[in-house]
Amino acid sequence: MFKGKFIDNLPKIYGTYTGGFLVFIILMAIAEQAGMTAKTIGILFVAFTVCIYAFIGWMSRTVQVDAYYVAGRSVPTVFNGMATAADWMSGASFVAMAGGIYFGGYTYMAFLIGWTGGYILVSSLLAPYLRKFGCYTVPDFIGTRYGGNLARFCAVVVLTLASFTYVTAQINATGTIAARALSIPFELGVWVGLVSILLCSMLGGMRAVTWTQVAQYIVLIIAYLLPIFWISNKGGYGFFPHLMLGEEVARLGELEAQFGLVKNAAADIKAAGVPGGLKSISLPHSEVPAGGMAAWKFISLVICMMVGTASLPHILMRYFTTPSVKAARKSVAWSLFFIALLYTSAPMLATLSKLSLMDPNLATGIIGKDISAVMSIDWVQAWTAQKQAFIADFNGDGILQLNEWFMRGDVVVLSTPEVAGLPYVISGLVAAGGMAAAMSTADGLILAIANALSHDVYYKIIDPKADVRKRLLVARGLLIVIGAAGAYIASMRITSILGAVAWAFDFAMSGLFFPLVLGVWWKRATRQGAIAGMITGLASGTAYLIYVYPKFMGNPAWLGIDHLRFGIIGASVCLVVMVVVSLMTPAPDSSTQKMIDEVRIPTGKTILGKQH
Amino acid sequence: MSNKEKHWEKTKGNMFLTLALWFFFGYIIFMFGESLNSASFLGYPLAYYMCAQGSIVAFVIILFWSANRQEKIDEECGFAERGEDD
Repeated sequence: MFKGKFIDNLPKIYGTYTGGFLVFIILMAIAEQAGMTAKTIGILFVAFTVCIYAFIGWMSRTVQVDAYYVAGRSVPTVFNGMATAADWMSGASFVAMAGGIYFGGYTYMAFLIGWTGGYILVSSLLAPYLRKFGCYTVPDFIGTRYGGNLARFCAVVVLTLASFTYVTAQINATGTIAARALSIPFELGVWVGLVSILLCSMLGGMRAVTWTQVAQYIVLIIAYLLPIFWISNKGGYGFFPHLMLGEEVARLGELEAQFGLVKNAAADIKAAGVPGGLKSISLPHSEVPAGGMAAWKFISLVICMMVGTASLPHILMRYFTTPSVKAARKSVAWSLFFIALLYTSAPMLATLSKLSLMDPNLATGIIGKDISAVMSIDWVQAWTAQKQAFIADFNGDGILQLNEWFMRGDVVVLSTPEVAGLPYVISGLVAAGGMAAAMSTADGLILAIANALSHDVYYKIIDPKADVRKRLLVARGLLIVIGAAGAYIASMRITSILGAVAWAFDFAMSGLFFPLVLGVWWKRATRQGAIAGMITGLASGTAYLIYVYPKFMGNPAWLGIDHLRFGIIGASVCLVVMVVVSLMTPAPDSSTQKMIDEVRIPTGKTILGKQH
Repeated sequence: MSNKEKHWEKTKGNMFLTLALWFFFGYIIFMFGESLNSASFLGYPLAYYMCAQGSIVAFVIILFWSANRQEKIDEECGFAERGEDD
């Protein structure tokens, strides 16, 4: 009743929404002038946006299987692009990426290349074919292409491991932001974050997540770009920072030479009592580290992130929701377009915030200044009090050197508006943006896991006779269970031992990349080959991770393949085993061969029915 | 050669061409990052610029270009979807 009209009206609906959000920002700015406190503004920003998402989630409730699993396959390309971008850009991308570039410079920027280039693999190798297949979940493809419950189950295991590694970090981020904005303890913030996430997804599944993700994308991109353009214009760096910061990048190089890039000894850091997680700048901003090994470390990280992107189920399943194969392909291009808006801006933000701290000629500069003067600055006091920043006068000269200023990476995005002297309304906006980014990714991930368990394990393996009502009940129950498990782990604050977000990419590529790609591109790939590939790939990748990770066995990395890059080992083993075993076992039967032929052309019926 | 085979040959061709461009912008140029950085673009060191914007923009263009090319291939071979476009 609501739907056909709803799709036609999308540009109008989201146009009004964007306008309304901008009006809200202006109202907050006026309220700030009228004397509203920073705390109230922060609460209003987060509460207002979360209520809107919950409202969209409630409006999108559904009792139909295909609406719940694939949004009724009716999401237009551009909107699916926005939803994917929100799905993709996590709380970590939003708050930590600029910070990563701030500390890591060129070396860290391998992540930028890896997290964007992977979409070319998605578009040319997978998305259109999986859309033609008509599956609800990624294991649905593996299970049908290769046949048999074991293949399906292996895919569910890889999916769950990869997505769960990712999701705790997201719930952790929503907790941090909710705690800060609403002034509640972190442990409570995590549960507030979880409830907000579930409000968006529980009643409407994929359909609800899609439309909230579009709304979240709009909030997060405004929240990211507005401060950058504002700072750049206010500081006189150029009205369009992306094209005009060449001089500033060069100036950073001069300043690095002037202050010297010193890597502090671990013993010194410990003796000075620097809180954990805080770093000082010790790597050059734009200079490329010399030597073949450095180039290989850059490239190997790019490989892992790209191949991992193409194997992450919460991204692949977004392309199941488009109306056609052609639309799936175009939608990948739009996704990357919307992602690029943020990713190309992160280095600019890092450059501006680094310069504003490092350049002694600027009023905001703190490096090279008297430590007692720096300690009296309001924002320095606020962040050091929260253990997000730290000053250690190693050489005892009373002057703040570059290696004596420690900061947490997240602070770069969160503090820059304040450091640059922007009104508080911008900081409130940034908090709402970070919340949107973390919530949208957590939503997608929890849904990916719950859908795989409810559709592939419960419906396809345990109880194929279950009716629609029961299937959706199980799906929703699992959503709550998985979300609660993630929130529980996040609230225990053990994320530091759960490892990096990058691990999710490595797990996914170890177990899923080749079974997915060869399933479409190599007719000879057999069930036994796929199962053996998934098991040995995941097992060898995990074994190598344990072998090399400092907190586990801590052995020296082989060929520079450290714990961030263990997917290279896993995926290589997976490929070799899958090919060898496939060639040793009889070729797939003719009906499978015919099915693959059908998948390769865009026209005709999907392999799996509309409702299955 | 049947129409389906012809379509698949051309689709594979498009895929390899797309991945070749992807490989160039994603890997080849960063193998030479050190020497690339001595050149500059818009005042940025070139390798830094390619990382921050150049390659990412190239990826977006490649995606749209390749999708259009594939649509032409589908049309040519009679496999273009009708009536279910967005």
